[in-house]
Amino acid sequence: MPIPELVQTHAGSVSRVTLGATKEQGGTRTHTVTIGGAASVVYGGLPEKAGDRPLIAMDVLDTRPDDWPESLSQSFDDVMDSPGKWAAKCVECGADLICLVFDGIHPDKGDKTAADAVAATREVLGAVGVPLILWGCENADKDNQVMPKVSEAAKGENCLIGIVEQDNYKAITAVALADGHNLITGAPLDINIGKQVNILVTDMGFPAERIVTYQSTGALGYGIEYAYSIGERQRLAALSGDKMMAMPAICNVGFEAWRAKEAKLADAPGWGDVAARGPMWEATTAICLLQAGADIIRLRHPKSVAIVKNFIDEIW
Amino acid sequence: MALTGLDIFKLLPKTNCKKCGMPTCLAFAMQLAQKRAKLDACPFVSDEAKQTLDAAAAPPMRLIKFGQGEHQVQVGQETVLFRHEEKFHNPAAVAAVVSDSLTGDALLARIKAVNGLQFERVGLHLGVNAVALKNDSGDPKLFRDAASALKQHSKLAVILYSDSADAIQGALEELTGACPLIASATQSTIEAMAGLAKTHKCPLAVKADSLEALAELTEKAAALGAEDLVLSLDGLSVKERLYTWTKARALALKKGCRALGYPTLSLVDQGDDTRQLADAASLLCKYGNIVAVDSVEPAVYLALLTVVTNIYTDPQKPIQVEAKLYEIGEPDETSPVLFTTNFSLTYYTVESDVEASRIPAYILVVDTEGTSVLTAYSGDKLNEECVKAAIDKFEVESKVKHRKMIIPGYVAVMSGKLEEATGWEVLVGPRESSMLPKYLQEVWSK
Ligand code: SF4
Repeated sequence: MPIPELVQTHAGSVSRVTLGATKEQGGTRTHTVTIGGAASVVYGGLPEKAGDRPLIAMDVLDTRPDDWPESLSQSFDDVMDSPGKWAAKCVECGADLICLVFDGIHPDKGDKTAADAVAATREVLGAVGVPLILWGCENADKDNQVMPKVSEAAKGENCLIGIVEQDNYKAITAVALADGHNLITGAPLDINIGKQVNILVTDMGFPAERIVTYQSTGALGYGIEYAYSIGERQRLAALSGDKMMAMPAICNVGFEAWRAKEAKLADAPGWGDVAARGPMWEATTAICLLQAGADIIRLRHPKSVAIVKNFIDEIW
Repeated sequence: MALTGLDIFKLLPKTNCKKCGMPTCLAFAMQLAQKRAKLDACPFVSDEAKQTLDAAAAPPMRLIKFGQGEHQVQVGQETVLFRHEEKFHNPAAVAAVVSDSLTGDALLARIKAVNGLQFERVGLHLGVNAVALKNDSGDPKLFRDAASALKQHSKLAVILYSDSADAIQGALEELTGACPLIASATQSTIEAMAGLAKTHKCPLAVKADSLEALAELTEKAAALGAEDLVLSLDGLSVKERLYTWTKARALALKKGCRALGYPTLSLVDQGDDTRQLADAASLLCKYGNIVAVDSVEPAVYLALLTVVTNIYTDPQKPIQVEAKLYEIGEPDETSPVLFTTNFSLTYYTVESDVEASRIPAYILVVDTEGTSVLTAYSGDKLNEECVKAAIDKFEVESKVKHRKMIIPGYVAVMSGKLEEATGWEVLVGPRESSMLPKYLQEVWSK
């Protein structure tokens, strides 16, 4: 039986952002990666218009974390004191990108110095060839103090650096511009603030085509529906031609998912073995957010990376 | 698809005879469009117009029920493509596969494992919704025996998976009154299967490899009297199914394509548990109404059932927890007291972080109509008065000897007024709940 035609015409699409720089481009990465480009809602058009394959960034912390559940930390126990070795192990696990998280500079989590952060950055740059994400500790003062130094240390590498927020964006936006990086704009699960911060940084002269948005993430069972709907609304806005909402999106799945009881509780009768359950919780969070249009997913466990990569291979 | 007043006007006699009580046919049409009048009021409408209008009034996606009693599954009647546009109405059903290649104790063990897929999380009960009995043996007798075992040992709604009308018929005879979903009729079995569905008053899934073929099958089934239908795709990859279901949802909702206005059924049985989990999770988002998984691993179902709960949450109605004094661990009269709001997400985040601190504590939940700390504070739903009222109502002063209240860092500004109103000493906690373990261990313990 003939069925009606579904003609989708959209005024806009998600912008494309390329990360990393090879030797010829002034960096030291072995290759670059590109995200974004979707010209339809997820599965809502031709597969050729679905945009670039979403990528997985694995978290590497600048300090050995003391609050990771054992089922997670055991995968990296031998490398957690060395961000470089940790990053190399992640690349072996299939990470497309390394997200170097400067948790350790947070005043309450070690209060490390800018010199420490620069050393960690250099170590990771030297240890792996994939492009880097440089993620601050989300304490505004400390990030403003340390991240400019980190940015400078990675100058020319075309990293993705952040996050900048509505009430604290100037310092990091300025250095990202000066050092030729791409920028992550952050907002607390509020799509209007998400747009506002994009407007603020572009008003400073930062190119919209070099921004990736972080709208905050909720884990499966803990508010994922908010992040999911913001993801869908962001994609629809991009398709409608709104240039200030057309950036690719990054989700911080690892951190959120591993806070969930379902991921970390070892003694949970009837919930299945925690060794399998934790990665499943993390991977399911990621897969749901991929349905809503995420472009980069931050993950932690090698097993969830494998699950999500297999899924991406199936679909993109 | 709702018709406009003008669409309806075109179907009326246009004689302006006023019998309907309206001055003109156009005025009547406008009233109809706003559902303020009934079509019966006009004695002259043609049968054709009646049909068109009835069809337009019916929901664009049919509601399908199968199973019995409290385990009845109800799916479909969705109205939007994106949950933020309104909400998803009838939570998708997750089914677990039981194969009839199992017999005796092995079959029983599998059925029991499926029955056991029940979970309590964040104060909610979640359980697998249905059993998909698969005729892997190809033997109608074994299928019938397995159906009989199911009837005896499980109350869950049943999906009968077989391409053989004979096998379905035998199983249906075992399951009288259980109203299983028959899956599935194909081009070659549609007559027999539709007959069985009609006789046994069960919904029927139809299966094909394209939307065009599916639309043809649903029309055929409906003509044969089987109107409670479910769509199923045959032989397509997960990727193809995701694209196809998304298109079907859009065609039914946006283009008024009746022949595709039915819920969907997807069987996920490729690969190991993790692959099935990934495939099923994506299908539950886009746009599976019933997803059957060939696993009995609890962690898979805990995750999938949580996906359904989250995606089908009404975006307009935040989920709330009961306002009361919650005990975490076994707190005593020296244990810390924290307050937070009754927005379930806020509460469960705080609860999980307090638990992680391993320090027994009381969490006082203040009723803020299900809003988060910041939203509640700025909307004046969280102030010193309501915290004081909660302290009194839940008799916090009889539970602890001290008078120290840990408050969320985001509302540090209310410290002064709160101290005045309650006489308690206020300790400003961290802004982010994730810092609570450290705060409790370091600040409180000193
Ligand atoms: S009764 Fe029917 S034909 Fe007469 S005015 Fe009303 S709508 Fe028109």
